[in-house]
Amino acid sequence: MSVAAELGTPTATGLGPPLGLLAELTHRCPLQCPYCSNPLNLERVDGELSTELWCDVLVQAAELGVLQLHLSGGEPTVRRDLAQIIAQAASLGLYSNLITAGVLLTRERLEDLAARGLDHVQISIQDGDASNADRIAHYAGGHSKKLEVARWTKALNLPLTLNAPIHRQNIASLPAIVELALSLGAERLEVAHVQYYGWALKNRQALMPTREQVLASAAFIAEARTRLKGVLVIDFVVPDYYARRPKPCMGGWGRGIITVTPSGRVLPCHAAQTIDGLVFDNVRDRPLREIWSTSAAFQAFRGTAWMREPCRSCEFRTLDWGGCRCQAFAFTGSAANADPACDKSGLHAAFLEVARAESGRPAEAFSFRRPRPDRRVD
Amino acid sequence: MSKGSGPERLLIGADSVPALPRHIKLRHDTARNRWMILAPERVLLPDPVALDILHLCDGQRSVAAIAKALAGQYAAPQERILTDVTNLLQDLADKGVIRA
Repeated sequence: MSVAAELGTPTATGLGPPLGLLAELTHRCPLQCPYCSNPLNLERVDGELSTELWCDVLVQAAELGVLQLHLSGGEPTVRRDLAQIIAQAASLGLYSNLITAGVLLTRERLEDLAARGLDHVQISIQDGDASNADRIAHYAGGHSKKLEVARWTKALNLPLTLNAPIHRQNIASLPAIVELALSLGAERLEVAHVQYYGWALKNRQALMPTREQVLASAAFIAEARTRLKGVLVIDFVVPDYYARRPKPCMGGWGRGIITVTPSGRVLPCHAAQTIDGLVFDNVRDRPLREIWSTSAAFQAFRGTAWMREPCRSCEFRTLDWGGCRCQAFAFTGSAANADPACDKSGLHAAFLEVARAESGRPAEAFSFRRPRPDRRVD
Repeated sequence: MSKGSGPERLLIGADSVPALPRHIKLRHDTARNRWMILAPERVLLPDPVALDILHLCDGQRSVAAIAKALAGQYAAPQERILTDVTNLLQDLADKGVIRA
Protein backbone atom coordinates (compact mmCIF):
# COMPACT_ATOMS: atom_id res chain seq x y z
CA MET A 1 0.00 0.00 0.00
CA SER A 2 1.67 3.19 -1.06
CA VAL A 3 1.13 6.69 0.12
CA ALA A 4 -0.21 9.39 -2.09
CA ALA A 5 2.58 10.60 -4.33
CA GLU A 6 3.07 14.27 -4.89
CA LEU A 7 2.36 15.47 -8.35
CA GLY A 8 5.35 17.17 -9.89
CA THR A 9 4.60 17.38 -13.55
CA PRO A 10 1.43 16.15 -15.19
CA THR A 11 3.05 13.61 -17.47
CA ALA A 12 6.57 12.43 -18.09
CA THR A 13 6.70 13.22 -21.77
CA GLY A 14 3.46 14.53 -23.18
CA LEU A 15 1.95 17.95 -22.81
CA GLY A 16 -0.48 17.79 -19.94
CA PRO A 17 -2.62 20.69 -18.85
CA PRO A 18 -1.17 23.16 -16.34
CA LEU A 19 -1.93 22.43 -12.69
CA GLY A 20 -1.68 25.98 -11.46
CA LEU A 21 -2.53 29.47 -12.61
CA LEU A 22 -0.50 32.28 -11.09
CA ALA A 23 -2.74 35.33 -11.44
CA GLU A 24 -0.79 38.54 -10.89
CA LEU A 25 -3.86 40.69 -10.38
CA THR A 26 -1.88 43.91 -10.06
CA HIS A 27 1.67 45.12 -9.65
CA ARG A 28 0.55 47.76 -7.15
CA CYS A 29 1.84 47.03 -3.64
CA PRO A 30 2.23 49.11 -0.48
CA LEU A 31 5.41 47.21 0.43
CA GLN A 32 8.76 47.83 -1.23
CA CYS A 33 10.67 44.60 -0.59
CA PRO A 34 14.01 44.75 -2.38
CA TYR A 35 13.77 41.08 -3.50
CA CYS A 36 10.39 41.33 -5.21
CA SER A 37 10.04 38.90 -8.10
CA ASN A 38 8.06 41.38 -10.16
CA PRO A 39 9.86 42.95 -13.13
CA LEU A 40 11.74 46.24 -12.69
CA ASN A 41 9.26 47.71 -15.16
CA LEU A 42 6.15 47.35 -13.02
CA GLU A 43 2.89 47.27 -14.94
CA ARG A 44 0.61 50.25 -14.47
CA VAL A 45 -2.89 50.34 -13.10
CA ASP A 46 -4.40 51.66 -16.34
CA GLY A 47 -3.34 48.51 -18.19
CA GLU A 48 -4.85 46.02 -15.72
CA LEU A 49 -7.42 43.46 -16.84
CA SER A 50 -11.03 44.17 -15.88
CA THR A 51 -13.03 42.01 -13.48
CA GLU A 52 -14.87 40.48 -16.45
CA LEU A 53 -11.63 39.57 -18.20
CA TRP A 54 -10.17 37.97 -15.07
CA CYS A 55 -13.38 35.99 -14.55
CA ASP A 56 -13.18 34.81 -18.15
CA VAL A 57 -9.52 33.84 -17.71
CA LEU A 58 -10.57 31.66 -14.77
CA VAL A 59 -13.25 29.94 -16.86
CA GLN A 60 -10.68 29.23 -19.56
CA ALA A 61 -8.15 28.03 -16.99
CA ALA A 62 -10.60 25.60 -15.40
CA GLU A 63 -11.58 24.26 -18.84
CA LEU A 64 -7.91 23.80 -19.64
CA GLY A 65 -7.41 21.66 -16.51
CA VAL A 66 -5.99 24.13 -13.99
CA LEU A 67 -6.76 22.99 -10.43
CA GLN A 68 -5.13 25.65 -8.30
CA LEU A 69 -5.37 29.40 -8.51
CA HIS A 70 -2.68 31.53 -6.89
CA LEU A 71 -3.89 35.09 -6.45
CA SER A 72 -0.80 37.19 -6.33
CA GLY A 73 0.63 40.49 -7.47
CA GLY A 74 1.93 42.93 -6.40
CA GLU A 75 -0.56 42.92 -3.64
CA PRO A 76 -3.82 41.24 -4.77
CA THR A 77 -5.95 42.88 -2.07
CA VAL A 78 -5.36 46.22 -3.80
CA ARG A 79 -7.96 45.03 -6.33
CA ARG A 80 -11.43 46.00 -5.11
CA ASP A 81 -12.95 43.13 -7.12
CA LEU A 82 -10.94 40.43 -5.33
CA ALA A 83 -14.07 38.97 -3.70
CA GLN A 84 -15.74 38.61 -7.12
CA ILE A 85 -12.68 36.90 -8.53
CA ILE A 86 -12.56 34.49 -5.57
CA ALA A 87 -16.27 33.73 -5.92
CA GLN A 88 -15.71 32.95 -9.59
CA ALA A 89 -12.84 30.60 -8.70
CA ALA A 90 -14.99 28.82 -6.13
CA SER A 91 -17.86 28.39 -8.58
CA LEU A 92 -15.42 26.75 -11.01
CA GLY A 93 -13.97 24.43 -8.37
CA LEU A 94 -10.55 26.07 -8.49
CA TYR A 95 -8.56 25.82 -5.27
CA SER A 96 -7.86 29.45 -4.37
CA ASN A 97 -4.73 30.60 -2.62
CA LEU A 98 -4.40 34.25 -1.60
CA ILE A 99 -0.75 35.31 -1.53
CA THR A 100 -0.81 38.55 0.38
CA ALA A 101 1.22 41.02 2.42
CA GLY A 102 -1.90 41.39 4.51
CA VAL A 103 -1.43 45.02 5.44
CA LEU A 104 -4.47 46.32 3.55
CA LEU A 105 -6.95 43.75 4.88
CA THR A 106 -9.63 44.37 7.47
CA ARG A 107 -11.18 41.54 9.42
CA GLU A 108 -14.53 42.17 7.70
CA ARG A 109 -12.97 41.94 4.28
CA LEU A 110 -11.12 38.74 5.08
CA GLU A 111 -14.35 37.31 6.45
CA ASP A 112 -16.06 38.21 3.17
CA LEU A 113 -13.30 36.54 1.13
CA ALA A 114 -13.66 33.40 3.26
CA ALA A 115 -17.44 33.43 2.75
CA ARG A 116 -16.92 33.67 -1.03
CA GLY A 117 -14.96 30.43 -0.92
CA LEU A 118 -11.31 31.36 -0.37
CA ASP A 119 -9.43 28.12 0.40
CA HIS A 120 -6.05 29.22 1.75
CA VAL A 121 -4.17 32.31 2.91
CA GLN A 122 -0.46 32.82 2.54
CA ILE A 123 1.03 35.82 4.34
CA SER A 124 4.53 37.05 3.61
CA ILE A 125 6.77 38.04 6.47
CA GLN A 126 10.08 39.82 6.20
CA ASP A 127 11.65 38.80 9.52
CA GLY A 128 10.83 37.49 12.98
CA ASP A 129 11.88 40.86 14.35
CA ALA A 130 9.35 43.65 13.79
CA SER A 131 11.74 46.55 13.29
CA ASN A 132 13.96 44.70 10.84
CA ALA A 133 10.89 43.37 9.02
CA ASP A 134 9.52 46.89 8.60
CA ARG A 135 12.90 48.14 7.46
CA ILE A 136 13.15 45.44 4.77
CA ALA A 137 9.59 46.01 3.52
CA HIS A 138 10.07 49.77 3.89
CA TYR A 139 6.64 49.95 5.51
CA ALA A 140 6.23 51.18 9.08
CA GLY A 141 3.95 49.04 11.21
CA GLY A 142 3.64 46.37 8.54
CA HIS A 143 4.88 43.45 10.62
CA SER A 144 2.43 43.89 13.50
CA LYS A 145 -0.41 44.31 11.01
CA LYS A 146 0.59 41.02 9.33
CA LEU A 147 0.47 39.22 12.67
CA GLU A 148 -3.00 40.60 13.27
CA VAL A 149 -4.16 39.37 9.86
CA ALA A 150 -2.60 35.97 10.55
CA ARG A 151 -4.63 35.74 13.77
CA TRP A 152 -7.84 36.68 11.94
CA THR A 153 -7.05 34.01 9.36
CA LYS A 154 -6.88 31.38 12.07
CA ALA A 155 -9.93 32.75 13.87
CA LEU A 156 -11.87 32.42 10.60
CA ASN A 157 -10.78 28.80 10.38
CA LEU A 158 -8.82 29.38 7.18
CA PRO A 159 -5.57 27.46 6.70
CA LEU A 160 -2.51 29.67 7.06
CA THR A 161 0.90 29.57 5.46
CA LEU A 162 3.64 32.00 6.40
CA ASN A 163 6.08 32.74 3.64
CA ALA A 164 9.48 34.07 4.63
CA PRO A 165 11.98 35.05 1.93
CA ILE A 166 15.46 34.57 3.38
CA HIS A 167 18.63 36.55 2.66
CA ARG A 168 21.72 37.81 4.47
CA GLN A 169 19.80 40.54 6.29
CA ASN A 170 17.33 38.21 8.03
CA ILE A 171 18.94 34.76 7.91
CA ALA A 172 20.00 34.98 11.57
CA SER A 173 16.30 35.23 12.49
CA LEU A 174 15.37 31.85 11.07
CA PRO A 175 14.68 30.31 14.53
CA ALA A 176 12.52 33.33 15.41
CA ILE A 177 10.60 32.92 12.15
CA VAL A 178 9.87 29.26 12.92
CA GLU A 179 8.74 30.23 16.44
CA LEU A 180 6.51 32.92 14.95
CA ALA A 181 4.85 30.38 12.63
CA LEU A 182 4.24 28.09 15.61
CA SER A 183 2.86 30.83 17.83
CA LEU A 184 0.44 31.92 15.09
CA GLY A 185 -0.74 28.34 14.54
CA ALA A 186 0.29 28.28 10.89
CA GLU A 187 -0.03 24.89 9.21
CA ARG A 188 2.77 25.63 6.78
CA LEU A 189 5.90 27.71 6.65
CA GLU A 190 7.71 28.45 3.44
CA VAL A 191 11.30 29.40 4.00
CA ALA A 192 12.55 30.45 0.61
CA HIS A 193 16.04 31.69 0.03
CA VAL A 194 15.70 34.64 -2.31
CA GLN A 195 15.99 33.74 -5.98
CA TYR A 196 17.86 36.33 -7.97
CA TYR A 197 15.62 37.75 -10.68
CA GLY A 198 13.99 41.15 -11.08
CA TRP A 199 14.45 43.32 -8.01
CA ALA A 200 16.40 40.63 -6.18
CA LEU A 201 18.99 40.56 -8.97
CA LYS A 202 19.28 44.34 -8.73
CA ASN A 203 19.85 43.98 -4.97
CA ARG A 204 21.86 40.78 -5.09
CA GLN A 205 24.92 42.12 -3.27
CA ALA A 206 22.80 43.37 -0.38
CA LEU A 207 20.92 40.05 -0.15
CA MET A 208 23.42 37.28 -0.85
CA PRO A 209 24.24 35.18 2.22
CA THR A 210 27.57 33.46 2.71
CA ARG A 211 27.93 29.76 2.04
CA GLU A 212 28.33 29.16 5.78
CA GLN A 213 25.05 30.97 6.48
CA VAL A 214 23.29 28.91 3.83
CA LEU A 215 24.59 25.62 5.22
CA ALA A 216 23.61 26.65 8.74
CA SER A 217 20.10 27.54 7.56
CA ALA A 218 19.72 24.16 5.84
CA ALA A 219 20.89 22.32 8.98
CA PHE A 220 18.51 24.33 11.15
CA ILE A 221 15.55 23.58 8.86
CA ALA A 222 16.39 19.86 8.78
CA GLU A 223 16.41 19.81 12.60
CA ALA A 224 13.19 21.85 12.85
CA ARG A 225 11.40 19.57 10.39
CA THR A 226 12.20 16.54 12.52
CA ARG A 227 11.26 18.28 15.74
CA LEU A 228 8.01 19.64 14.30
CA LYS A 229 6.86 16.63 12.31
CA GLY A 230 3.08 16.61 12.19
CA VAL A 231 2.92 20.09 13.74
CA LEU A 232 4.29 22.41 11.09
CA VAL A 233 5.02 21.59 7.46
CA ILE A 234 8.16 23.46 6.41
CA ASP A 235 8.95 23.94 2.75
CA PHE A 236 12.51 25.05 2.13
CA VAL A 237 13.76 26.61 -1.08
CA VAL A 238 17.55 26.52 -1.20
CA PRO A 239 19.60 29.26 -2.85
CA ASP A 240 21.13 27.84 -5.97
CA TYR A 241 24.27 29.98 -6.09
CA TYR A 242 25.89 27.45 -3.76
CA ALA A 243 24.25 24.39 -5.31
CA ARG A 244 25.72 21.71 -7.57
CA ARG A 245 22.53 20.81 -9.43
CA PRO A 246 20.08 23.42 -10.67
CA LYS A 247 16.48 23.49 -9.49
CA PRO A 248 13.81 22.15 -11.86
CA CYS A 249 12.55 25.69 -12.30
CA MET A 250 8.73 25.81 -12.48
CA GLY A 251 8.85 22.01 -12.81
CA GLY A 252 10.07 22.65 -16.35
CA TRP A 253 9.23 25.46 -18.75
CA GLY A 254 5.59 25.37 -19.82
CA ARG A 255 4.84 22.16 -17.94
CA GLY A 256 2.92 22.87 -14.79
CA ILE A 257 2.25 26.55 -14.24
CA ILE A 258 0.77 29.32 -16.33
CA THR A 259 1.22 32.95 -15.28
CA VAL A 260 -0.97 35.86 -16.31
CA THR A 261 0.35 39.38 -15.62
CA PRO A 262 -1.85 42.32 -14.57
CA SER A 263 -2.24 43.43 -18.19
CA GLY A 264 -3.02 39.90 -19.44
CA ARG A 265 0.33 38.77 -20.79
CA VAL A 266 0.69 35.01 -20.48
CA LEU A 267 4.07 33.78 -19.24
CA PRO A 268 5.59 30.33 -18.69
CA CYS A 269 7.23 31.77 -15.55
CA HIS A 270 6.74 35.02 -13.70
CA ALA A 271 10.28 36.17 -14.53
CA ALA A 272 10.15 35.15 -18.21
CA GLN A 273 9.98 38.75 -19.40
CA THR A 274 13.59 39.23 -18.33
CA ILE A 275 14.63 37.06 -21.32
CA ASP A 276 15.22 39.16 -24.41
CA GLY A 277 13.58 38.10 -27.64
CA LEU A 278 10.58 36.22 -26.27
CA VAL A 279 7.19 37.39 -27.46
CA PHE A 280 4.26 36.88 -25.10
CA ASP A 281 0.65 36.48 -26.10
CA ASN A 282 -2.12 38.26 -24.25
CA VAL A 283 -5.43 36.82 -23.02
CA ARG A 284 -7.10 39.80 -24.72
CA ASP A 285 -5.99 38.40 -28.11
CA ARG A 286 -5.91 34.59 -27.92
CA PRO A 287 -7.61 31.82 -25.94
CA LEU A 288 -5.62 30.56 -22.97
CA ARG A 289 -5.66 26.97 -24.24
CA GLU A 290 -4.12 28.02 -27.54
CA ILE A 291 -1.46 30.10 -25.79
CA TRP A 292 -0.57 27.20 -23.49
CA SER A 293 -0.32 24.69 -26.33
CA THR A 294 1.21 26.62 -29.17
CA SER A 295 2.46 30.10 -28.29
CA ALA A 296 6.05 30.84 -29.23
CA ALA A 297 7.10 31.77 -25.68
CA PHE A 298 5.80 28.50 -24.24
CA GLN A 299 7.28 26.41 -27.03
CA ALA A 300 10.69 28.11 -26.85
CA PHE A 301 12.06 26.05 -23.93
CA ARG A 302 9.48 23.32 -23.51
CA GLY A 303 10.77 19.77 -23.37
CA THR A 304 14.38 19.06 -24.37
CA ALA A 305 14.65 19.91 -28.09
CA TRP A 306 16.03 23.42 -27.38
CA MET A 307 18.90 22.10 -25.28
CA ARG A 308 22.59 22.47 -26.05
CA GLU A 309 25.40 20.67 -24.31
CA PRO A 310 25.90 19.94 -21.46
CA CYS A 311 22.10 19.65 -21.08
CA ARG A 312 21.33 17.76 -24.30
CA SER A 313 23.08 14.54 -23.27
CA CYS A 314 22.70 14.99 -19.50
CA GLU A 315 21.12 12.17 -17.52
CA PHE A 316 19.20 14.74 -15.44
CA ARG A 317 17.69 16.61 -18.41
CA THR A 318 14.12 15.45 -17.79
CA LEU A 319 14.49 15.87 -14.02
CA ASP A 320 15.76 19.44 -13.78
CA TRP A 321 14.97 20.53 -17.36
CA GLY A 322 18.29 22.37 -17.55
CA GLY A 323 17.42 24.52 -14.55
CA CYS A 324 16.22 28.08 -14.85
CA ARG A 325 16.06 29.78 -18.27
CA CYS A 326 15.94 33.26 -16.76
CA GLN A 327 19.09 32.65 -14.73
CA ALA A 328 20.82 31.14 -17.76
CA PHE A 329 19.97 34.26 -19.75
CA ALA A 330 20.92 36.71 -17.02
CA PHE A 331 24.28 35.12 -16.30
CA THR A 332 25.40 33.58 -19.58
CA GLY A 333 23.68 35.81 -22.14
CA SER A 334 21.67 32.97 -23.68
CA ALA A 335 18.57 31.35 -22.26
CA ALA A 336 19.42 28.13 -24.13
CA ASN A 337 22.58 27.59 -22.10
CA ALA A 338 22.70 25.45 -18.99
CA ASP A 339 21.73 27.20 -15.77
CA PRO A 340 25.06 28.32 -14.26
CA ALA A 341 23.88 26.87 -10.93
CA CYS A 342 24.72 23.48 -12.47
CA ASP A 343 28.30 22.36 -11.96
CA LYS A 344 28.32 21.03 -15.53
CA SER A 345 28.00 24.61 -16.79
CA GLY A 346 31.25 26.19 -17.95
CA LEU A 347 30.27 29.29 -15.99
CA HIS A 348 29.52 27.52 -12.71
CA ALA A 349 32.80 28.57 -11.09
CA ALA A 350 32.26 32.20 -12.05
CA PHE A 351 28.70 32.00 -10.71
CA LEU A 352 29.91 30.67 -7.38
CA GLU A 353 32.60 33.35 -7.25
CA VAL A 354 29.97 36.08 -7.61
CA ALA A 355 28.17 34.76 -4.55
CA ARG A 356 31.41 34.44 -2.58
CA ALA A 357 32.62 37.93 -3.48
CA GLU A 358 29.29 39.69 -2.96
CA SER A 359 28.47 37.98 0.32
CA GLY A 360 31.99 38.74 1.59
CA ARG A 361 31.55 42.52 1.38
CA PRO A 362 29.41 44.67 3.70
CA ALA A 363 25.88 44.99 2.34
CA GLU A 364 25.15 48.01 0.16
CA ALA A 365 21.95 50.03 0.58
CA PHE A 366 18.77 48.48 -0.84
CA SER A 367 17.14 49.70 -4.03
CA PHE A 368 13.57 49.42 -2.84
CA ARG A 369 10.89 48.15 -5.18
CA ARG A 370 9.11 51.21 -6.56
CA PRO A 371 7.38 52.14 -9.77
CA ARG A 372 9.51 54.29 -11.99
CA PRO A 373 8.67 57.93 -11.36
CA ASP A 374 9.08 58.81 -15.03
CA ARG A 375 6.85 57.61 -17.85
CA ARG A 376 7.90 54.15 -18.66
CA VAL A 377 9.60 53.54 -22.00
CA ASP A 378 9.37 50.09 -23.53
CA MET B 1 8.85 24.18 20.94
CA SER B 2 7.93 24.71 24.57
CA LYS B 3 6.27 21.83 26.33
CA GLY B 4 2.62 22.02 27.29
CA SER B 5 1.74 24.83 24.90
CA GLY B 6 1.18 25.00 21.19
CA PRO B 7 0.05 22.29 18.82
CA GLU B 8 1.29 18.74 19.09
CA ARG B 9 1.73 16.02 16.51
CA LEU B 10 -1.45 14.11 15.80
CA LEU B 11 -0.83 10.42 16.37
CA ILE B 12 -3.16 8.08 14.53
CA GLY B 13 -4.36 4.98 16.37
CA ALA B 14 -7.14 2.42 15.93
CA ASP B 15 -9.59 4.65 17.82
CA SER B 16 -8.81 7.83 15.87
CA VAL B 17 -11.68 9.17 13.78
CA PRO B 18 -10.02 10.68 10.70
CA ALA B 19 -11.50 13.26 8.37
CA LEU B 20 -10.32 15.65 5.72
CA PRO B 21 -10.18 19.23 6.99
CA ARG B 22 -12.30 21.76 5.12
CA HIS B 23 -9.34 23.14 3.17
CA ILE B 24 -8.30 19.75 1.80
CA LYS B 25 -10.32 18.80 -1.26
CA LEU B 26 -10.59 15.28 -2.57
CA ARG B 27 -11.80 15.81 -6.09
CA HIS B 28 -12.21 13.86 -9.29
CA ASP B 29 -10.44 15.80 -12.01
CA THR B 30 -12.16 15.39 -15.35
CA ALA B 31 -9.27 16.82 -17.41
CA ARG B 32 -6.95 14.06 -16.19
CA ASN B 33 -9.62 11.50 -15.36
CA ARG B 34 -8.29 10.74 -11.93
CA TRP B 35 -8.74 11.59 -8.26
CA MET B 36 -6.66 14.37 -6.77
CA ILE B 37 -6.12 15.76 -3.30
CA LEU B 38 -5.94 19.53 -3.45
CA ALA B 39 -4.00 21.05 -0.56
CA PRO B 40 -2.28 24.39 0.01
CA GLU B 41 0.37 24.69 -2.71
CA ARG B 42 0.23 20.95 -3.29
CA VAL B 43 -1.59 18.43 -5.39
CA LEU B 44 -1.36 14.83 -4.23
CA LEU B 45 -2.20 11.80 -6.32
CA PRO B 46 -3.77 9.09 -4.20
CA ASP B 47 -3.23 5.55 -5.47
CA PRO B 48 -6.33 3.30 -5.62
CA VAL B 49 -5.77 1.92 -2.11
CA ALA B 50 -5.22 5.34 -0.56
CA LEU B 51 -8.35 6.51 -2.36
CA ASP B 52 -10.43 3.68 -0.88
CA ILE B 53 -9.23 4.70 2.57
CA LEU B 54 -9.80 8.41 2.03
CA HIS B 55 -13.36 7.80 0.87
CA LEU B 56 -14.01 6.14 4.24
CA CYS B 57 -12.54 9.06 6.23
CA ASP B 58 -15.90 10.66 6.91
CA GLY B 59 -15.43 11.90 10.46
CA GLN B 60 -17.71 9.07 11.68
CA ARG B 61 -15.73 5.87 11.27
CA SER B 62 -12.72 5.04 13.41
CA VAL B 63 -9.50 3.74 11.89
CA ALA B 64 -10.46 0.27 13.19
CA ALA B 65 -13.85 0.53 11.45
CA ILE B 66 -12.17 1.66 8.22
CA ALA B 67 -9.83 -1.34 8.35
CA LYS B 68 -12.78 -3.62 8.98
CA ALA B 69 -14.69 -2.17 6.03
CA LEU B 70 -11.67 -2.70 3.78
CA ALA B 71 -11.19 -6.28 4.92
CA GLY B 72 -14.15 -7.18 2.72
CA GLN B 73 -12.40 -5.70 -0.32
CA TYR B 74 -8.81 -6.77 0.22
CA ALA B 75 -7.55 -10.29 0.67
CA ALA B 76 -5.23 -9.67 3.60
CA PRO B 77 -5.35 -10.35 7.34
CA GLN B 78 -7.28 -7.63 9.13
CA GLU B 79 -4.37 -6.94 11.45
CA ARG B 80 -2.15 -6.22 8.49
CA ILE B 81 -4.80 -3.98 6.95
CA LEU B 82 -5.14 -2.05 10.21
CA THR B 83 -1.37 -1.48 10.31
CA ASP B 84 -1.28 -0.32 6.70
CA VAL B 85 -4.26 1.99 7.12
CA THR B 86 -2.77 3.49 10.29
CA ASN B 87 0.59 4.07 8.62
CA LEU B 88 -0.95 5.70 5.59
CA LEU B 89 -3.16 7.98 7.66
CA GLN B 90 -0.22 8.91 9.91
CA ASP B 91 1.74 9.96 6.87
CA LEU B 92 -1.17 12.02 5.58
CA ALA B 93 -1.69 13.55 9.03
CA ASP B 94 1.98 14.60 9.08
CA LYS B 95 1.41 16.27 5.73
CA GLY B 96 -1.59 18.12 7.14
CA VAL B 97 -4.05 16.27 4.91
CA ILE B 98 -5.90 14.40 7.68
CA ARG B 99 -7.30 15.49 11.00
CA ALA B 100 -8.76 13.32 13.73
